[in-house]
Amino acid sequence: MKRKLIAAAVAACLATGLSVAQAQQGKLSDDVVRIGVLTDMSGVYAEYGGPGAVMAAKMAVEDFGGKMFGKEIQVVSADHQNKPDIAKNVTLQWFDRDKVDMTVENLNSGVALAVTALGKEKNKITIVNGAASARLTNEDCAPATGIHYLMDTIALGNVVGKAIVKDGGDSWFFLTADYAFGHSLEKDTGEVVKAAGGKVLGAVRHPLSTGDFSSFLLQAQTSGAKIIGLANAGGDTVNSIKSAAEFGITQKQNLAALLMLITDVNAVGLKTAQGLYLTEGWYWDMNPETRAWAKRYEDRMKKKPNSNHASVYSATLHYLNAVKAAGTDDTAAVMKKMHEMPINDMFAKNGKIREDGRMVHDMYLFQVKSPAESKAPWDYYKLKGTVKGDDAFQSLANSRCPQFKKS
Amino acid sequence: MTEIFGVPIQAFMGQLTIGLVNGAFYAMLSLGLAVIFGMLNIVNFAHGALYMMGAMFSWMLLKYADVNYWFALVLAPVGVGIVGVIIEKTMLRWLYQLDHLYGLLLTFGLALILEGAFREAYGSSGAPYDAPDVFKGVFNLGFMFLPKYRAWVVFASAVVCIATWYMIEKTKLGAYLRAGTENPKLVQAFGINVPLMVTLTYAFGVGLAGLAGVLAAPVYQVSALMGSNIIIVVFAVVVIGGMGSIMGSILTGLALGIIEGLTKVFYPEASSTVVYIIMVIVLLIRPTGLFGREK
Repeated sequence: MKRKLIAAAVAACLATGLSVAQAQQGKLSDDVVRIGVLTDMSGVYAEYGGPGAVMAAKMAVEDFGGKMFGKEIQVVSADHQNKPDIAKNVTLQWFDRDKVDMTVENLNSGVALAVTALGKEKNKITIVNGAASARLTNEDCAPATGIHYLMDTIALGNVVGKAIVKDGGDSWFFLTADYAFGHSLEKDTGEVVKAAGGKVLGAVRHPLSTGDFSSFLLQAQTSGAKIIGLANAGGDTVNSIKSAAEFGITQKQNLAALLMLITDVNAVGLKTAQGLYLTEGWYWDMNPETRAWAKRYEDRMKKKPNSNHASVYSATLHYLNAVKAAGTDDTAAVMKKMHEMPINDMFAKNGKIREDGRMVHDMYLFQVKSPAESKAPWDYYKLKGTVKGDDAFQSLANSRCPQFKKS
Repeated sequence: MTEIFGVPIQAFMGQLTIGLVNGAFYAMLSLGLAVIFGMLNIVNFAHGALYMMGAMFSWMLLKYADVNYWFALVLAPVGVGIVGVIIEKTMLRWLYQLDHLYGLLLTFGLALILEGAFREAYGSSGAPYDAPDVFKGVFNLGFMFLPKYRAWVVFASAVVCIATWYMIEKTKLGAYLRAGTENPKLVQAFGINVPLMVTLTYAFGVGLAGLAGVLAAPVYQVSALMGSNIIIVVFAVVVIGGMGSIMGSILTGLALGIIEGLTKVFYPEASSTVVYIIMVIVLLIRPTGLFGREK
């Protein structure tokens, strides 16, 4: 084995003219590891990812040591403005001209689907953190290049949907953001609800970044459903929750925020958000390790990180470790290592990237604290349950990804 | 249950009411735009940013100085008006003789700068702002629950709109204003300080945006981006109503609020585009807008 490795290294350095000392450590294309963070820097999801996600990636590079085989590791970032076409152009430019080896974050499901397809075509690693559409590891999977890291619509529906139906919330009406992510979330949660014995009474689809939700909420109210599932995210979720409280809808019906991160809770305020159930993959106040990382992040960004920021850090670090272990930044070799190596850091314990690209890790059911229960700024969540990764995420046997589909 | 086009009548009435509330916001914002365009010939693209500032100011007053809603209702529009005076005195006044396009570009740039600055300082998720306790709770209208605060918004906006219309169309001051925009030299010859009047008109127009911002603060999330979400719709309202027509912008604002509300029932996916479809149709049939006059 060792002899083979040396032989390969010698061959490599002969081919590229590198010094032997360097080649023994590893080989990089273009003499640099360049990581692209593609996110929404200024729109509705800027707080969900945005500059915080870029900082998280930079922190991972710092913690790794800043150098790979003596060469520099760089982080570049771009604002996709929530437009898949812009995302596609930027990514294409990154891959073809700017020698970017891997892109991370890629929030907004429309963006994530476009970028993942491009990675597949160009044979470059694309890691999706902030986007949740389960299509990324199903119909639109890219097992050889794509990784879906944080959560997906199936896991979100699974954890919160099951818990609520069990609690008696057995009739649902969805308020759905009218694009890929919203549709996936509505469909996947609806299936969980039905499988658990509940009913889906209907849904209304609203455009992304709607200002006023009262019309839609009134329709949800008319439906008479016990639970109004918010299949939207960011500012849309925040405004839905505010309007629901204002119109007194929450007196008779309950809201289920299917995708809500701590930054959204912070924006709504505990007074309005208290009692809400939500699913997250990470919370800053879980153990000493998460608290320590969150503090470092807060020192720089002046606010606590959400689960998306933590997952960008973890994914970037895992990628760097895999490049180091593989001794090259070649896509196939790095992906092999990323699949093989378990993920143990402040974000996940024994996380595993499955063959279909799904990163399987534990998910948590939280309830938002009341203002009286909250002892400090950002002290927002009560842990209500931990769902093992294998139970939260779709099993490989049910995959709709063509490579793994069992007919 | 009785139905209208397949929608239960109760839900239908509810949607109409909500449309009216949103229309009240549109009316108040487009009113300010119409005043500024009618009197100054400036296409004020900074209107959305100034509306956002009205909401932001009231939030900041509460957070940093513990000043409540009622005082904010006066102070925030005055603050926005002062910003307006600064903008007019230092920048806009050099552009009156030039094409509309220059004023549009300048104010658009200002809007981007203002929004960028607030986003940098306060983030994009925004902050909550509570309605005063008097307005907590809902009115039971039989067919729906109307939050008291929204009823207040409709009332306040109606008062402001009617007062503005009356002042400009029916009072002596309004007559000076209108004369000043038709022929500034002549009006000045009568001993009226036209430049001051113009400055105050701009300040008043953006003050209206600030007031709409304060009224909107408890309804929507107070955030740096709240203005950019609404400004394009408001411009469409002004164009449909007829640029510069005050009554036109008020009535169109209310009507479009209602039409948008109904679209959310019958075909929700189109609710963000229906306003523009109407705009296209109106411009094809009446290029000067519904209430506009040929100059």
